[in-house]
Amino acid sequence: MHTLPDRLEDQAPHTVRKPVAHDSAARHVAGSAAYVDDMPEPAGTLHLAPGGSSVAAGKIRKLDLEAVKRAPDVIAVLTAKDIPGHNNIGAIVPDEPLFASDEVRFHGQPIFAVVAESYLAARKAAKLAKIQIAAARAVITVDDALAAKSKLLDDYDFINGDAAAEIAVSAHRIKGVLRIGGQEHFYLEGQAALAIPGENGEMHIHSSTQHPSEVQHIVAHLLQVKLAAVTVEVRRMGGAFGGKESQATQWAAMAALAAHVTKRACKIRLDRDDDMAMTGKRHDFRADYEIGFDGEGRIRAYDVQLAARCGHSVDLSPGVVDRAMFHADNAYYLPVSAIRSKRLKTNTVSNTAFRGFGGPQGMMAIERAIDAIAWKLKLDPLDVRLNNLYGAGRDTTPYGMQIKDNVLPELIAELARTSGYRTRRKEIAAWNKGSEFLKRGIALTPVKFGISFTVPHLNQAGALVHVYRDGSVHLNHGGTEMGQGLFVKIAQVVAEEFGLSLERVKITATNTGKVPNTSPTAASAGSDINGMAARNAAATIRGRLAEFAAKHCGVAVERISFRDDKVFADNRAMPFEEIVEAAYRARVPLSSTGFYATPNIDFDRERKNGRPFFYFAYGAACSEVVIDTLTGEMKIERVDLLHDVGRSLNPGIDIGQIEGGFVQGAGWLTSEELVYDKNGRLTTHAPSTYKIPTAFDVPEDFRVSLFKNSNREDTIWRSKAVGEPPLMLAISVFAAIADAIHSIAPGKPVPLDAPATPEAILRAVDAVRVQ
Amino acid sequence: MPKITLTVNGRAVSTEVEGRTLLVELLRENLRLTGTHVGCDTSQCGCCVVHVNGKAVKACTMLALQAEGARVVTIEGLAPDGAPLHPMQEAFRQNHGLQCGFCTPGMIMTAIDLVNREGNDLDDSTIREGLEGNLCRCTGYQNIVKSIAAGARAMKGKKRPAAA
Repeated sequence: MHTLPDRLEDQAPHTVRKPVAHDSAARHVAGSAAYVDDMPEPAGTLHLAPGGSSVAAGKIRKLDLEAVKRAPDVIAVLTAKDIPGHNNIGAIVPDEPLFASDEVRFHGQPIFAVVAESYLAARKAAKLAKIQIAAARAVITVDDALAAKSKLLDDYDFINGDAAAEIAVSAHRIKGVLRIGGQEHFYLEGQAALAIPGENGEMHIHSSTQHPSEVQHIVAHLLQVKLAAVTVEVRRMGGAFGGKESQATQWAAMAALAAHVTKRACKIRLDRDDDMAMTGKRHDFRADYEIGFDGEGRIRAYDVQLAARCGHSVDLSPGVVDRAMFHADNAYYLPVSAIRSKRLKTNTVSNTAFRGFGGPQGMMAIERAIDAIAWKLKLDPLDVRLNNLYGAGRDTTPYGMQIKDNVLPELIAELARTSGYRTRRKEIAAWNKGSEFLKRGIALTPVKFGISFTVPHLNQAGALVHVYRDGSVHLNHGGTEMGQGLFVKIAQVVAEEFGLSLERVKITATNTGKVPNTSPTAASAGSDINGMAARNAAATIRGRLAEFAAKHCGVAVERISFRDDKVFADNRAMPFEEIVEAAYRARVPLSSTGFYATPNIDFDRERKNGRPFFYFAYGAACSEVVIDTLTGEMKIERVDLLHDVGRSLNPGIDIGQIEGGFVQGAGWLTSEELVYDKNGRLTTHAPSTYKIPTAFDVPEDFRVSLFKNSNREDTIWRSKAVGEPPLMLAISVFAAIADAIHSIAPGKPVPLDAPATPEAILRAVDAVRVQ
Repeated sequence: MPKITLTVNGRAVSTEVEGRTLLVELLRENLRLTGTHVGCDTSQCGCCVVHVNGKAVKACTMLALQAEGARVVTIEGLAPDGAPLHPMQEAFRQNHGLQCGFCTPGMIMTAIDLVNREGNDLDDSTIREGLEGNLCRCTGYQNIVKSIAAGARAMKGKKRPAAA
């Protein structure tokens, strides 16, 4: 691998670390940034509509699609029988069919798809299917699954010492249960794909996916062609948040199958209700915990069982539940611990990746336990948090990784000061005494989030950079753009490497034909790994150009530098494109791949020990809320966030990630409720009943700052990942609501579950009143 | 099929549509104005907001036939054919008022309507209330609110685009 000289890190950069706008901003605001459904369609493009199961569990007895086939403008009706290869879309375990053919395992599970001349014709025809299913008993909730011992995967635990024994001898102990709801991604652009058949079995797919290589892989197996015959391309997504990591595959595969069968271009765009019913969500969990602690609230032992509703198939659940376990400590040292997990099989849609990937649920449990300690000991919850932070001699996680980059003591101290937490807590307590029905609450909670894929081999990335004779640069890498600003960050890195203005770097669509075998854009790792790969590619070309320029100008190569769109040989400046043209004529190659593999990570899942994460990202949030104890209504009054992104590659983009992540987390924990009826039908399948935050739900007093820090690890420009960690800052909102309820009956535990909807708040208020 | 005549982004359009065709379908499919997006299909998310006779309308709730004789402006009509961006567009671009960009056209059309109704000096809560019918899943709205306040100020004294 090309070794990177350290020289750039300490220089004043020209392009990185600047708050430049999103690369597509000018086209986003003009309406000219095309998403899959906006692309010009090839002549004769057909449209798909899926047809799903009307029961959550059962055997298909009769599948009568005659009326569907006879409907106007219908060209084909696809079922499992049309698949030449494997009827599978399961990424890790091949346990999920594209079309159910015998057994149905959740309400809405696709059984067939209509291919018609128009979107409307396809959707109308799909309603005409006559499907007889012999319904079986369905397992819907976490509690159903626990009772039925319905397991998808083996239990997996981290055990350090004898937690039960340690809890038994602790001065104090608390036992509790917390239920944590799931979350619909509600990306504004629904699932979409356009498949265009080529010659000799080739297939070109435009997919709104975070994982083009997986779409390629699944489609190749489905159609029984080689991976090389399938090209998957994605220029941008209209939001994803994990919901297009594995869940985009099914729809791209369906469109590809349709294109294979009809020999015409085929497009699918899920109607919002279908999207919500047919695609996986954040896992809901039930956490049963027991915690032993001393009189200062210092934890002696923590025993938690994290039981997750995984749905009907494996999907990404192994990683999600593992990550919940990796974050069961959040920021706190646990001298003795038992972190247990159950991966439950239910007759619901297969739950999947969602920003935080299980981490948020693991943190929620311990943050509740910390609050419970504070309530019992009548301490300020912040003091209990501070007393339990990782520190010197208390720095090993339940999975054996030593924490070396902890900045939380300083970060929390700074936030407590800037937010005025201590003074406000006193003011709120006094105010609550004089307010019978409205109660205010405040909480300051930390986040420590591990960065790297916990599946080691995914921690790799590739890039492809070309320099053309006019000095323009073509940039391609394995990462996908879903709005998070990855493309502009990587372009900043490449522009910096060549000393070029950002406009010279042409950002191009992610394409499996340019950079192969890519990892999903996930785990917050997009800019970390793709940024390094792109820099390595650019550095290779830059090295060749420097060598050529040195010879060309008769100076030592050390005397060559690249800046301001020029190449300098000592003090002689030449326009970049002149050196490029001269190098081309001298037959210097002006294209290079780049590769990066994250160093220093090793976690042995069998031995439950090692270093799964390259580093941690940190943050803390202080939220204040007011609740109406008569109606359960809640309003967030003020939020202060302080977050660690190392040395930001783009502070403008990063602050947007922090604000957006926080609000999305606040939605998860307050207004967003997934309700399944007893038959397993999702009843909240549209924004009319499923409430994501609106502008009015976000406090006007919302203060966001970046914590001054540098990544101690050698990451791209010493930055840190930012995609997921801020979501968990919203736990402060949930804790503040609990604090407000707690003020009604100090010292009593607050039985508030997530999401804290008005109904849930009212239930908890009533419960503490009668205790 | 019934025939309709209307003005879209300043151009006369005359075409046949089915009775059930939605305005958003006419714009996206017949006229290839794909900057107007369909997010939720049920007139809640606001990705499809356009102006009809100068007022913000969710184009997925209105039949194309209802736009007979109307002046329709879409996001593409704010800065046609390489004209400089409308001040509201420019404000969103400069203030990181977008991430994935999917809700952005609807946000901008709603924002301009808000300025037309409420004036150029918009306070935070007026903006937030005005955005009740527009969902964004990425930004947490902070930079959108900031963009709209800045765009509203920048619109002061500026002539509305010819297409509107």
